[in-house]
Amino acid sequence: MDLLLDAVVIGVLLGCFYAAVSLGLSVSFGLLDVPHVAHPAFLVMASYAVYFLNDRFGIDPLLAGLLITPLLFLFGLVAYRLYYETFEKRGSDAGVRGIAFFFGIAFIIEVLLILQFGVDQRSVTASYIGKAWRIGDMRIPFRLVVAFAVAALLTILLTLYLSRTFMGRAIRAVAQDQEALRLMGANPIRIKQWAFGIATAVLGVAGALLIIVAPVEPTLDRTYIGRTFCVVVMAGLGSMTGTLIAAIILGVAETIVLTLFGASWAPAISFAMLLGVLAVRPQGLFGRRS
Amino acid sequence: MTRNSISFWIGATLFLVAVLLMTQVIGNQYPFFAGYVILQFVVLAVAWSILGGYAGYVNFGTSAFFGIGVYTAVFLFKAFSAPLAVQIAAAAAVGAFLGFALGLLTLRMQGIFFSIATIALTIIIETSVTNWRYVGGAAGIQLQRPPGTWPFDNYVQMLFFVQALLVVLAIAIARFIQASWIGRGLQALKDDELAAECTGVPTLRLKVLACVISGALMCAAGAPAAMYLQYADPSSAFNLNYSVSVLAMSLIGGTAHWAGPVVGAILLGTTQQLLTVTISSEVNVLVLGVMLVLFVVVAPEGIIGLIRRAGNNRRGGKT
Repeated sequence: MDLLLDAVVIGVLLGCFYAAVSLGLSVSFGLLDVPHVAHPAFLVMASYAVYFLNDRFGIDPLLAGLLITPLLFLFGLVAYRLYYETFEKRGSDAGVRGIAFFFGIAFIIEVLLILQFGVDQRSVTASYIGKAWRIGDMRIPFRLVVAFAVAALLTILLTLYLSRTFMGRAIRAVAQDQEALRLMGANPIRIKQWAFGIATAVLGVAGALLIIVAPVEPTLDRTYIGRTFCVVVMAGLGSMTGTLIAAIILGVAETIVLTLFGASWAPAISFAMLLGVLAVRPQGLFGRRS
Repeated sequence: MTRNSISFWIGATLFLVAVLLMTQVIGNQYPFFAGYVILQFVVLAVAWSILGGYAGYVNFGTSAFFGIGVYTAVFLFKAFSAPLAVQIAAAAAVGAFLGFALGLLTLRMQGIFFSIATIALTIIIETSVTNWRYVGGAAGIQLQRPPGTWPFDNYVQMLFFVQALLVVLAIAIARFIQASWIGRGLQALKDDELAAECTGVPTLRLKVLACVISGALMCAAGAPAAMYLQYADPSSAFNLNYSVSVLAMSLIGGTAHWAGPVVGAILLGTTQQLLTVTISSEVNVLVLGVMLVLFVVVAPEGIIGLIRRAGNNRRGGKT
């Protein structure tokens, strides 16, 4: 019973972290319908940037994450422009080739990381990594608590951004009806580009959390394809609160299975849940579409 | 039989005779080792295109089918010392069954959702095999190749010939599908699934059929790999690199015609062999990824499309 309670607590913390790494995808795939299979690869790339700054200059990983955010934003703008010019604009057959395009990008990033940093696992150093909180018999790693706090903050900020600011509302409007927006005299493409930039920029801090929670390796994105898409699809495309709840469900499920059956089953859990959701309730738990 | 298919079968026979002669004449083992991999990718790419090219469903699960093929062979070899032909036939049967299951998934999923589901399937199957002790679990399993049987004095030469047979089989099936009502139906549902359904194309049956055929061929192509490597482990048998390679080969060659994936697989497969030997296997994946992205962006119809366009221009120039 204690073990189970442990698993649930850790699972909730882990879940918030999963929410943080999925938020970007929730915007790019959930709201903009971009088949962004390379999202986890972007995430791992951000982690390596944080690693580089931490290893070379001793910058705190979270600060490093913030530092690379503007760069990632620009990267996102360029990536969306490229995607738009080559696929969305031409329209026909964009599905097949768009997916192949992002899949190819993901592999290129993976290989470049291998060539630059090698296949070994990399981790960062900071004062809050390695310590733990003790509550009774329970041992909660401090890095998870940091990840939890930052992830919650990030989710709240992004939710506020999308619901309170002009640009945020425009992004949600473009997700609902692009044509209507065009008729109102707004340029939907520019808004989508901005949104994709935001979705990529969020990966700065998310990437920092990724490498704080556990060491990273270049092929880590493959596991996170399952986790991020599971969260976003389960959340119902584009719902931020849904993302948080779905991520917590995934986190708890993962830790419980880990405790009961062992670590060798871990990679399959998110993918199995993803398949289940797709098969049973494709619109997700909190779906915006009927 | 049309003139076209007569020349195809003559070409196929000549190809097989040439391969057979090669195994008798060439003493050096390396050409067979390298050639085997290229032929294997030809089969995989052609099989992938049946679903991915004609029907437009992007399958990232090539590695799932390939790995299942490998492990079917491993299991049969370990349990019953089954001969190669049995291993391949059984793998094809398992692949057909898995393809059927995948086909049912397409009931509710299209586009990116289908593609993600195929990745999910791959990882789930890989994890299950990792936890299956009998076939070696995560550590993998060593296999001892039996000696070659007549007329081959070496097992690798035999595998090379068998894979060449599979190539001919795969292309023959793809040719048949492309020319028949099945291919036209798949083409129709690729363009607009709803419209196809409305005009009486049995879209569901066609999709499931395409999945079954594609899956059976992919598994069959994977089965001999166990004996080829004399070793199998889950993380390399189910490696997503197979998926991206096959995807790249098909799209770079062009998926509108069966010759596309063949051209793509030979071209990229040969390049990969050269790069792996001369530089490194990382660079080879990098080249593959860059080529994939370049072709998808610049030449969406692949090499076949480029050739066709060049032909049209020349004809247009004359008039």
